[in-house]
Amino acid sequence: MAAVSRRTSRWGILWIVLGSAYFLVPLAATAQFSLRTGRDEYGFGAYSEIVQDPLFRQSLAFSFKLALYTIVIALVLLVPTAYWVHLKLPRLRPVVEFLTVLPFVVPPIVLVVGLLRGFRWTPTWFYGGYLLLVAGYVVLAFPYIYRSLDAGLRAIDIHTLTEAAQSLGASWPTVLLRVIVPNLKSSLLSAAFLTLAIVMGEFTMGLLMQFTTFAVHIQYVGETQATGAAALSIISFAITWVAMLGILLVGRRIGGRQVQIGGTR
Amino acid sequence: MSARRRRLVWLGVAPFFLYAVAFLLYPSASLVVGAFQSEEGEYTLRFVRRLITPGALDAYWMSIKLSFVTAVLGGLMGLLMAYAAVSPGMPRPIRTALTTFSGVAANFAGVPLAFAFIATIGFTGIVTQFLKDSAGLDLYEAGFSLYSFAGLVLVYMYFQIPLMILVITPALDGLRSEWREAALNLGASPSQYWRHVALPVLFPSLLGAVVLLFGSAFGAYATAYALTSGQLPLVPVLIGQVKIGNVLSDPHYGDALALGMVVILVVSMGSYALLQRKAARWQR
Repeated sequence: MAAVSRRTSRWGILWIVLGSAYFLVPLAATAQFSLRTGRDEYGFGAYSEIVQDPLFRQSLAFSFKLALYTIVIALVLLVPTAYWVHLKLPRLRPVVEFLTVLPFVVPPIVLVVGLLRGFRWTPTWFYGGYLLLVAGYVVLAFPYIYRSLDAGLRAIDIHTLTEAAQSLGASWPTVLLRVIVPNLKSSLLSAAFLTLAIVMGEFTMGLLMQFTTFAVHIQYVGETQATGAAALSIISFAITWVAMLGILLVGRRIGGRQVQIGGTR
Repeated sequence: MSARRRRLVWLGVAPFFLYAVAFLLYPSASLVVGAFQSEEGEYTLRFVRRLITPGALDAYWMSIKLSFVTAVLGGLMGLLMAYAAVSPGMPRPIRTALTTFSGVAANFAGVPLAFAFIATIGFTGIVTQFLKDSAGLDLYEAGFSLYSFAGLVLVYMYFQIPLMILVITPALDGLRSEWREAALNLGASPSQYWRHVALPVLFPSLLGAVVLLFGSAFGAYATAYALTSGQLPLVPVLIGQVKIGNVLSDPHYGDALALGMVVILVVSMGSYALLQRKAARWQR
């Protein structure tokens, strides 16, 4: 047995090493490429050029704003829903689960085509405004936020918490905001971080609705400036890392189960 | 539950349902209607019929081929890495590092990923030049191109493998070590254990994971857009062209193409849901 498991482990290490090489070489090469200022000359030229570009700050701030709106709207919609489904309406659970995994069947490219078709009759301030984009991002965030909330609600005894709060005279809004939400902190935070990562990198819907999100800006830069695009890719990767480390930290602190999965771009 | 309280409960869930109807179901329905309508609003089969013309069929075939190849290859490699990480001999930190990195890499898709690969193995990429300078191997003269089918497969694997690792690790954790020990004690060889015990148990999860990977590649737009700039016909890229292109603008054809994608995804994801239900039995 010992010999067998040692052999598997050696095989395993080989696989892990090969896999890591595939994943780390492009990152290292991109970092090196972004520092290239000429043949065999290196410097931070591309980075300073990018940061000075006003479109960089505008697109980054714009995507960040979209992410915040998306997180707030999605949480306001889903926290009460997930709570009531757990507490009182278990028969609605399949319906809610179906609706929240539906975005996997309707990828961003399809959803944006549907939104553009369906809301064509609406006034220009809405049809051409970023609220329609946020509306789409909220739908994209549904699966991740619902899974995270669902796992969080499973981990705490919401029946006892609710009854205890109510017998002490708490109203429904108080129960939800001051008893349930604080107990869901880790899953709320990890849902927020994952949504942040998704929206900060979202390209498809932004491009088709003709907004310069951060990813659309990277694409524009890449059409003329290869090193600049590499530098922006490194920055984008760093943003994803920070968001994922955030999930890991809140998950570990409270000991919750990690719920996350990749998304289609 | 009093009537008043029941109203309150429904009030709590109503916003979500209204929202889902307005921004998920209604757009999907108008997409279906739009696919059967002309620019003037008359009902027509013109656009749906165009789905069976060579241009559209080529794009669907290319998209299906790309998604299938990356789902199977990515699934296999992700399975091997996840299995290596959960095997008992592996130090715990490696496993944590792998799942954390997978979370990052699965979300690091799209435009930045495309540019990362252009910087690495594009025409003037670091690895391309390194191979040329040190080994005298010119990848692009040897027939490789990042902007071809093989290049796209290479790039898509960057999010497919981590996605597989994230999806399959819980299923691998569900393989009990007692099953392996029992099989080996009864005289089975490790390969017999795999063929007759582990793979049959894992099979629904594996197939389900591969279907999920298929869907993730099939819907991917940003990576393909940034890499191929329309040279390789893929359905999402084609939809983008007819939706925003000035010259090629043909929005109702875009609706029809998107409808075709939904049909393919519904069929594949529907089978995923069925398989997941079957797999859940073994993961208790």
